[in-house]
Amino acid sequence: MNYITLFNQQTVPVASIPEINYFEFLELNTGFIRGHKERHCVNYFGCIENEKVKLYCCIADDLTHEIFVSSSIVKTSSIYASFTSRCLCFEKFEREIHENFGIKYNDHPWLKPVRYAHNRSDKNKTIANYPFYSIDSEELHEVGVGPIHAGIIEPGHFRFLCNGEQILHLEIQLGFQHRGIESLFLEKKKINQRATLAENIAGDTVIGHTSAFSYLWESLCGFNTTNDIAFARTLALEIERIAIHTGDLSAVCTDIAYQLGSSVFGRLRTPVINFFQEWCGNRLSKSLVRPGCNLFPFTPTLAIRLTDILNAFEPDFTEMVTELFKLPSALSRFERTGVVSQEDVLSLGTVGPSARMNALNRDIRLSHPFGLWKNIKHDPIIKHHGDVYSRVQIRKEEVIQSIQYIRTLIENIPECTTYENVLEKPKPDSFVISLIEGWRGEICHCAITDSLGELKMYKIKDPSFHNWLALALAVRNNEISDFPICNKSFNLSYCGHDL
Amino acid sequence: MLSLLLILIAAAFFSGIIVRTKSIASGRKGPGVFQPIKDVIRLFKKGAVYSETTSIIFRIAPTIYFASVVMAILVIPFDESKGIISFKGDFIFFAYVLALGKFFNIIAAMDTGSSFEGMGASREALFSMFAEPAFFILMGSLALLTGHTSFQEIFYSLHVGSYISYAITTLATFVLIMITMIENSRMPIDDPKTHLELTMVHEVMILDNSGFDLGLILTTGYLKFAMYGALIVNLFIGMVPYQYSIPMFFIIQFIIAVVVGLIESFMARFRMGHNAQYIFALTSVSLLIFFGVLLVLEKFV
Repeated sequence: MNYITLFNQQTVPVASIPEINYFEFLELNTGFIRGHKERHCVNYFGCIENEKVKLYCCIADDLTHEIFVSSSIVKTSSIYASFTSRCLCFEKFEREIHENFGIKYNDHPWLKPVRYAHNRSDKNKTIANYPFYSIDSEELHEVGVGPIHAGIIEPGHFRFLCNGEQILHLEIQLGFQHRGIESLFLEKKKINQRATLAENIAGDTVIGHTSAFSYLWESLCGFNTTNDIAFARTLALEIERIAIHTGDLSAVCTDIAYQLGSSVFGRLRTPVINFFQEWCGNRLSKSLVRPGCNLFPFTPTLAIRLTDILNAFEPDFTEMVTELFKLPSALSRFERTGVVSQEDVLSLGTVGPSARMNALNRDIRLSHPFGLWKNIKHDPIIKHHGDVYSRVQIRKEEVIQSIQYIRTLIENIPECTTYENVLEKPKPDSFVISLIEGWRGEICHCAITDSLGELKMYKIKDPSFHNWLALALAVRNNEISDFPICNKSFNLSYCGHDL
Repeated sequence: MLSLLLILIAAAFFSGIIVRTKSIASGRKGPGVFQPIKDVIRLFKKGAVYSETTSIIFRIAPTIYFASVVMAILVIPFDESKGIISFKGDFIFFAYVLALGKFFNIIAAMDTGSSFEGMGASREALFSMFAEPAFFILMGSLALLTGHTSFQEIFYSLHVGSYISYAITTLATFVLIMITMIENSRMPIDDPKTHLELTMVHEVMILDNSGFDLGLILTTGYLKFAMYGALIVNLFIGMVPYQYSIPMFFIIQFIIAVVVGLIESFMARFRMGHNAQYIFALTSVSLLIFFGVLLVLEKFV
């Protein structure tokens, strides 16, 4: 066997991951993907080992719940054949490896910097001289938007090549807010520091990222996640999904200038978010999830409050979505806008709602279950058009589905048993991968420990990492004035990508 | 003279009422009715900042834009009183003096050299171009019906006629309200509240204007709204005595403002590509009026 088969959140010794030569490695991993629509690359990264770079590639199989991990050692001075020329889904990962370690590829079609990491290999490449794709045409024109976002949310630069009002090409340049989170994970040794870092990977996916980190850490320490901890995390994840999806519906309504939808969804989102304040003392649900302990157990009193909130939420939400989806002027903006074809979805390996929008059944809750999802039968919401309408409908239906899950979950609340951290030291020389289905899609955290049990490598992959390219393809041949609504319907994270 | 005064008063609260309607419709308290005027006064106290890439065009454009709308207001009659300027064919003057102001607005936007503003300018030019035939066919038909060619005489003699003239007035009101929305860049053509440059039409053209110039452009916008409102009011009141016609003026202006606010609250903006189609469809409604007039005049068998 030249690869190892893992399950989600399973710790294995690093030595058990077979090390193969690069050509075999390339054949193996591209072979996994090609012709298998149920498989995609969850993470592909490098780690420095004795002045060489060891590449780890993790391919997830949605049907068998397995993750195939293989590795290969490469030299930074050599030139290699790229995965990307065979499978497009490795594009971003190889650009990142190229940026961080200076590994050269001879047939990578788009070898541009990803995020300008502080420890990048070539310091001459700066954000100011990003090599944009450009044209010399008299007829076409370029429109540059950003890096200051019109709604002053997060920085990113969008360069459009347009033929009049029609977008021919969009290039997205990110990396403006690179904070070096992955290296901070190695520098900060305390578990609370690391949990706080995980919370701040993306401010809108606090539960998602912290859960991914916590499950990973517990697995690494050999701690069996107790039922009450898993219960709290699962519940919080679904509440987060409801809150953010509702907020997104509000934002989509703002972008099509539908004031009623915008203000009603905005109002509905607030009590759901505020429930976290009651639960853990922080609206943004910070400090709710911590490895190995349940600081804020979910009590029956909270369950009554949550039921009240959902009872008030559900009828208004249902009424408003019914209203929205029968409004002709709104439908004319949603339908056939920003279509991503099924071939593109497959070749890009998109995740989360950006995969489910076009008939791709990809949901970690089903494919690589974690926490309570091992016992719940999850039925992902799938749409078939890949347009803004599909993405908005997924949001609507996932909100309703999550409400159902929460109602079922809080019928029997487990007794809290773990108030304090009872974790042992992480196992030395281990490898672990943790996948979580956040509201935006699959979150992947990977860790490798050294011989002393200290973190040697911490790798984070936000769903936005794959999905930004889907947005760039979605807007092609659309009107430039439809870009904001396409963008909002994906609602990808800038800081989750930039790390 | 009277119309100028009335329009100035209406302009003071027109935008405020739209904002207020929208706030109430979305369950918010919202700013006071005179907030837009207060904003403008604040802007008038400020200086303007000019980009280094702009030329004299950019500096004079806001003033010309303002002047053009004031000139256009001068020809609007009210009830029995003529506008300050009134002559045969003054509706053509009205349309083209506004076009002059718009022209300067467009080239000023191009002057900044920003790709956004160029896009906004091209959209605004296209939409105005499509709205023009609708206005002229409408006014031409009314001129044909009444046999006069100045605003005051047309409106004055419009109501002497039969029931058919009421049918024509209804259609004309529709066309004029839609032209008002297009010329003022309101929904469903343009979203005045958006913060996204890529979807803007009018707002993106004035992104580089600041301080006094911005105040002038905003004031012009308020005046323009009230001016079109006054035109619509004129369709309804023929020779009513002043004690009825003046309250009617304000009531109709108020209703128009509320309708605009409601449209903006309860529907989504059109897709940009559908706008041109939609605006051009107004011309066909105008043609309907034209054929209606021909029927009335028995010139159409």
